Amino acid sequence: MKNPFDNLDKILERSVRLQIMSVLMANDSYDFNSLKEVIGSTDGALASHIKALEKEKYISVIKTFIDRKPNTKYKATERGRKIFKAHLDGLEQLIRLQKK
Amino acid sequence: MKEIKEFEKDIASIRSMMERSVKFISLSGLSGVLSGIYALIGAGIAYRLIYYPLPPFGYFHISILDHPASIFNLEITAFLVLIASLVTGCLMSVHKAKRQQTTIWNATSKQLLKDLSIPLGTGGAFILILLIREYYILLAPTCLIFYGLALIQAGRSTYSEVMYLGLTEIILGLASAVFPGYGLILWATGFGVMHIFYGAVMYFRYER
Repeated sequence: MKNPFDNLDKILERSVRLQIMSVLMANDSYDFNSLKEVIGSTDGALASHIKALEKEKYISVIKTFIDRKPNTKYKATERGRKIFKAHLDGLEQLIRLQKK
Repeated sequence: MKEIKEFEKDIASIRSMMERSVKFISLSGLSGVLSGIYALIGAGIAYRLIYYPLPPFGYFHISILDHPASIFNLEITAFLVLIASLVTGCLMSVHKAKRQQTTIWNATSKQLLKDLSIPLGTGGAFILILLIREYYILLAPTCLIFYGLALIQAGRSTYSEVMYLGLTEIILGLASAVFPGYGLILWATGFGVMHIFYGAVMYFRYER
């Protein structure tokens, strides 16, 4: 059997990143302020984690304007979804192994 | 290396984020109970205007058309019940949101309003047309069916009880189309009794 730790993703080890990806898996897209509210994180921390996910191409950024105010939305990419699912499988396998 | 406890915590946080980012969790069940009470009071007034002192059903021997002067009073009653329910629902949901340390105006409440707007807007316009054309016999089924469809649509962005309430309203609406004389009773069951029942279920499950 494959080592379940192989499925775990280094980038998603940080819990805020895992939370951002969870929200983007469940929703088509989500904007910065709504993300901040649902996760309960500060501006700075959230922005830096978003940047990390963006750099790894787990999420994509859509910049639009609402009433001339910038409105930035985020979407999970195909690559991000795949890695998130594998990471979730890894977590489940580890918990199951431990409980045997 | 992370501990197994932390993996479990990760899974729990994934589940909670998915749920909370999709579902509007500040909808107040208690306000549903109050709306139900307003609806029953409204139905009581309607009974006095249409049927009193006869029993509250049947349309062969009596209908609102026998009391043309009451129609305006009936419309005012319906309007007041609607406004009172909306205001109560908004205020109590704001209060609940505060207690949950979240806000009422967020991605999930916007989605909820979007889901509700088309079926409720269509139903509202259709009801106004029925009033203008004086098709009073169709009012109760129309209210129940459109409201039920709106709730089913909204059910995916809030508590699942809302969806079951929607199904119940649709069944009552179809029943009241089959038995037109029982419109007032079925309307009072759908908007009064069922609101109280599902509101209480939500209150005991999520608010205590």
